[in-house]
Amino acid sequence: MKRILVGIKRVVDYNVRIRLKPDGSGIVTDGVKMSINPFDEIALEEALRIRERGAAEEVIVVSIGTAEAQQQLRTALAMGADRAILVETPAGADSPVEPLAAAGVLLKLVEREQPMLVILGKQAIDDDNSQTGQILAALWERPQATFASKVELTGDTARVTREVDAGLETLEVDLPAVLTTDLRLNEPRYVKLPDIMKAKKKPLEVVPLASLGVATAPKTKVVRFDPPPQRQKGVMVKDAAELVAALHAKGLL
Amino acid sequence: MSRVLIIAEHDGAHLNPGTAKCVTCAAALADAQITVAVLAKDPAAVASQAATLAGVTKVLAVANPANEHPMAAILAPQIAAIARDFTHVLGPATTFGKDLMPRVAALLGAPQISEIMAIESATRFRRPIYAGNAIVTVDVSAGTQIAGTVRTASFTAAGIGGNAPIEASAPAVTLPTHTRFVAVSAASSDRPDLQTARRVVSGGRALGSAEGFKLMFALAEKLGAAVGASRAAVDAGYASNELQVGQTGKIIAPELYIAIGISGAIQHLTGIKDARTIVAINKDAEAPIFEVADYGLVGDLFEIVPALSKLLG
Repeated sequence: MKRILVGIKRVVDYNVRIRLKPDGSGIVTDGVKMSINPFDEIALEEALRIRERGAAEEVIVVSIGTAEAQQQLRTALAMGADRAILVETPAGADSPVEPLAAAGVLLKLVEREQPMLVILGKQAIDDDNSQTGQILAALWERPQATFASKVELTGDTARVTREVDAGLETLEVDLPAVLTTDLRLNEPRYVKLPDIMKAKKKPLEVVPLASLGVATAPKTKVVRFDPPPQRQKGVMVKDAAELVAALHAKGLL
Repeated sequence: MSRVLIIAEHDGAHLNPGTAKCVTCAAALADAQITVAVLAKDPAAVASQAATLAGVTKVLAVANPANEHPMAAILAPQIAAIARDFTHVLGPATTFGKDLMPRVAALLGAPQISEIMAIESATRFRRPIYAGNAIVTVDVSAGTQIAGTVRTASFTAAGIGGNAPIEASAPAVTLPTHTRFVAVSAASSDRPDLQTARRVVSGGRALGSAEGFKLMFALAEKLGAAVGASRAAVDAGYASNELQVGQTGKIIAPELYIAIGISGAIQHLTGIKDARTIVAINKDAEAPIFEVADYGLVGDLFEIVPALSKLLG
């Protein structure tokens, strides 16, 4: 069966302004709205569109996290994924699963499910690492096409347009391959109420992290969280001439 | 002692300024020995530029026709083969480095520190998370090889004046054929590159149309500036994607940033936090952009911008 594996991460919602714990030990997440990482939602949307065009038969969503991540997997099922897998980490574990370990976990699932494509977000908006897709592609010894803004499948290859600093780059990769999504690949669909009801009946498998035999001991340790330095409010000028004079005075023109 | 390998970013002829910023970052390590690796079809020209960077100890030139266009799947095995004896393997946190370095890290089995903004010791780094809304200090245990991407906005470019020896290197690895370069769209090259420009003029949704956005190009011309745009302006189709400044676009640190008709959403401010001087022009005096601007001007941009262009003659 032609499958697409999509990774999703439960993160603090995009619209929430994060707060640091007063002792600098972390980010406040109690009572904060959690959502699917927005880039992962784009990854899922792309997988669904590929399936709807008939180029794939099954879309599997995977998350690595605590039991609470089942909420995000249910949302993904409501969007249209066929089944879900939660690789469950113990509740209260404060050492995060690092990208190297996350990619190792995904590789185990790739070996089991044999997907034609793995689509991930280009980065999670919490840790901003932007590593997991590339690491998975390396461990799997398969192509990577990161920061994708357009994906065309033809037989056993994909032609992917990537958003790079110079503009747009196009790569052709053999399948299977790993794609990571940029913001403008698509606009994810909204979930409708009947789909939420239907999603409750779709399969959601829970796999304990420890059962996969992947080395997950962290290799890095965050020792402190600090707020970013704040900029000070400057001066107001009354017109263009005054602005140009001020910039001249500061040696900026 | 730290042995640092920096992967040069280049276009085949010119070294990207991000590489010189990586050198400055690496120089923050005590007793750093800095090697720059240039992988190219013909690395000679870029290698000699890298050799002049102050602080560089050695340049490794890896010539291979497969390296004509930088693709992570092709470059990473070559880099992993030459990187074994280095303590830190760094690249710029540009789309080039972000794509490449994790693949290198995976082959080395090394953890990667992304977007390094400061080095406190050989094993302690600072980096932004949550789009720069928090800064974390990260430790790795002593003796752990690490890969890293260097946040270019956080470092100045290393000066020139060095004269490092250039050594040819030919790592014996079999390269994959599963990834093929097709094309890259030629962005207009007569204007400074947004990522590295000293001055940037940036427009928002208030420009009203692609036609209105042309005002930005006219002003940029007068200033020798690069042009940027807010996400709202890009989403509205006034400006192309690669001009977007902000959390989901480019993070930049010019000496002068002029934000025109940009309200200053958090996601935009994240991209300009490190700009030396910020100027804001907006008709809404309550716009959040004024909270971070060094100089603010409230008024109609369609009057102010032409007046500015005229004054800059």
